[in-house]
Amino acid sequence: MPIKSYLAHPHEGQKEELINALKAFEDCDIIPAKNQDLVIVVTDTPTQQEDDLIKEKIEAIDSLRLLAMVSGFNTPQND
Amino acid sequence: MYTSLSNRRSFIKKMATLSAMTAAATMFPGILFAEEQEKNIPDNGDIDWKKGPCRFCGVGCGILVGVQDGKAVAVKGDPKSSVNKGLLCVKGYHQIMCTQAADRLEYALVKKNGTYVKTPINEALDIVANKMKSTIEKHGKDSVAMYTSGQSTIPEGYVASKFMKGAIGTNNLDCNARLCMASAVAGFLTTFGADEPMGCYEDIEHADYFITWGNNMAEMHPVLFSRMLEQKHSRGAKIIDFATRTSRSSMGSTKSILFEPQTDLAVANAICYEIINNGWMNKKFVEEHINFSKGLTKMGYGLEDNYKFKDKPSKISFEDYKTFLNDYTPKKVAKYSKVSVKDIKFLASIYGDPNIKVMSLWCMGVNQHTRGTWMNNLIYNMHLLTGKISQPGNSPFSLTGQPSACGTAREVGTFTHKLPKGVVMNEKHRKLAAKIWKVPYERIPSKPTYHATEMFRAVDRGDIKFIWTQVTNPLVSLPKTSRYRPGMEKDSCFVVVSDVFPTPTSDVADVILPASWHIEKSGLYGNSERRTQHWDQMVEGPGDTTPDAWMTIEVAKRMGYGDLFPYSKENHVEEIYNEYRQFHEGAKHGMAPLDVLKEKSGVIWPYVNGKSTQWRFNAQYDPACDNGKDFHFYGKPDGKAIIWQRPFEPAPEKPDNEYPFWLNTGRVVEHWHTGSMTRRIPVLHKAMPNAYVEFHPDDAKALGVSNGQNVKVISRRGECTLPASINERGLPTKGQVFVPFFDENMLINDVTIDAFCPISKEPDYKKCAVRIEKA
Ligand code: SF4
Repeated sequence: MPIKSYLAHPHEGQKEELINALKAFEDCDIIPAKNQDLVIVVTDTPTQQEDDLIKEKIEAIDSLRLLAMVSGFNTPQND
Repeated sequence: MYTSLSNRRSFIKKMATLSAMTAAATMFPGILFAEEQEKNIPDNGDIDWKKGPCRFCGVGCGILVGVQDGKAVAVKGDPKSSVNKGLLCVKGYHQIMCTQAADRLEYALVKKNGTYVKTPINEALDIVANKMKSTIEKHGKDSVAMYTSGQSTIPEGYVASKFMKGAIGTNNLDCNARLCMASAVAGFLTTFGADEPMGCYEDIEHADYFITWGNNMAEMHPVLFSRMLEQKHSRGAKIIDFATRTSRSSMGSTKSILFEPQTDLAVANAICYEIINNGWMNKKFVEEHINFSKGLTKMGYGLEDNYKFKDKPSKISFEDYKTFLNDYTPKKVAKYSKVSVKDIKFLASIYGDPNIKVMSLWCMGVNQHTRGTWMNNLIYNMHLLTGKISQPGNSPFSLTGQPSACGTAREVGTFTHKLPKGVVMNEKHRKLAAKIWKVPYERIPSKPTYHATEMFRAVDRGDIKFIWTQVTNPLVSLPKTSRYRPGMEKDSCFVVVSDVFPTPTSDVADVILPASWHIEKSGLYGNSERRTQHWDQMVEGPGDTTPDAWMTIEVAKRMGYGDLFPYSKENHVEEIYNEYRQFHEGAKHGMAPLDVLKEKSGVIWPYVNGKSTQWRFNAQYDPACDNGKDFHFYGKPDGKAIIWQRPFEPAPEKPDNEYPFWLNTGRVVEHWHTGSMTRRIPVLHKAMPNAYVEFHPDDAKALGVSNGQNVKVISRRGECTLPASINERGLPTKGQVFVPFFDENMLINDVTIDAFCPISKEPDYKKCAVRIEKA
């Protein structure tokens, strides 16, 4: 059950487009910086497969210039 | 506490968010997520937020630890702390996670017939005390030693000093701050006669230029670097990175200037040459406040056992100094420093322009240097020649590595030559210590014994027969561990290790004592800007874990010194601090009362009449100045600071045909020192799972080495196998390789050299010669 955080850098002037595109994904939270062209993305997916998939989808967004992973956790399925 | 899966997931998500925010803060000046940051911290009403300093670096950020049902559940930056104003770096946010490590040392372990046996703490302390006592009876008091830390709390350092120097009567006490800050101390004492920076972090908000000397602040002092970046962004302040390797700091700087290792000595002199010869010297300041001196040269490098050196300072005239500098014209220095004449002149013009406020910042690049004391002196020379000192924004600022290298190692004095006030060589200082400790002053020996490197040489030689290490991991952090590990393994020395986690040092111990971690005890730390910070115990530690100070006290009591340690278990931190404060009474070093420290997010000393002194030696800010002038360097008897004539001298070992590369070692932002804590924090460990050796791409190509390929780094002392890293975190200059030292599975200190600065006795981890072979 992976949880990952990323720094998403938009192409110049395309921060809003990037935010809107990211909002469309269910498995991810986004936190745009107030004063810089940067968006924090936190993904929370049930399986590794879905984690790979959402990463692929994010990377396919046109307004995205660069996606850099900051941290990755994998929590157990049960406690 | 039962934690539901959904709770844990949301906690982890919050942590992931915080890491991203912190990474962003390092890359972008003044980036704001403020509301979201608060939103992402659990805000259940039953979380109790307790203040303290961060466990890790010398920046000393204020943290708030969220405690719920007796467990630490979150960390956030303390918005009331002027150090970090609510920000933390990636290590700071995740610090409490190490306490959950499965291999936590919870009980004492005593080696019996080659295996460790779980032993009740009282029994283990009996064994330690009996062994220490019998060793002294058999071999004398100088056969036992303690080696502590710049991560020990102030009370821990204080009782260690009182125990060794006041109770037993040996100066066999040194600490790992010898490996990082001793040159800074020697620099301060030789130039000013008083330790620690005259300025404070607020200088950052006033300076026009920041010149960093061999210092990768973006990774080592990330929160301060983000404060500098904010000034660059908002006011157009400039950051000049002067280093031997292109690092993350270079990328964030306005300009990066690279120099050949060891030639910083020459470049600093060339800057002084320019200042004087262009008429940029502040004559009035120099005439009123400065003496000129020189010391011995060609001092050697301490490579041989029992090496001794004592400097012989002598006064010189300004004209003598000016003549000496003729050897350091920019043209002459450019030839061997690989810094262009233009860049030397550019640096000089920053220091020389009276309308520019300049802050010099440095840490290990300058201190871990076989001429580290000289290098510290030379940086002060530039500021003293121009009078750019002790004023907001004009500040030579020696940064500290460890969270209490200042508060504990330097102020309490856990070095062999130190006392809580002054040095063992000074009768007045011994008398004061004896009075406060209530011991006969004859008991405190007047001669220092072993500094860190020599202490472990003495263990290897069999001269030290009992050693107790606390809060430190010397078998990863000492230079030339290829000698000192087998030395510690010898039967001739009984080894006691107090720690929170197993380490390569505890692996050779006869007794392992389970120490309380940071927030499981109360304590005080002192950071780089003379800020003393207190915290109360926040959670209970597991098993038999015990604060280091209390373990020292228990052993002292068992050895018959109970009357000197009349503290109570519940209140010992407070009682010890109140006793310690007596050493520093007065306007020059007054420490704040504990109730003030409990209330505030740290207070800067000298704390006089209820106020912190932010800029020492400047009569406008410092009530201890009493010479009637605008500045008073009262650490020196005549109130004048010293400009030292210090030449360039080569490193003890340089690349040659057999060993053609310089080896530079250092740290990375994800890990704290030897990694014993941060490698147990999953997010940090995953982000940086192992050490590596960085190459310049041209060197890698010539060697036929590709990224990730395992190579051996070999010196005359040992070897270490690591994967190659090309064009990743940092970029060494051609002919140089860089290796971080956090990884106990890749012990680069088996390769480094145990040469040290003859004055400070601090080893040089930044320069030795190696060759590379494919593994
Ligand atoms: S900069 Fe240093 S003190 Fe501040 S959070 Fe990071 S490690 Fe802790």
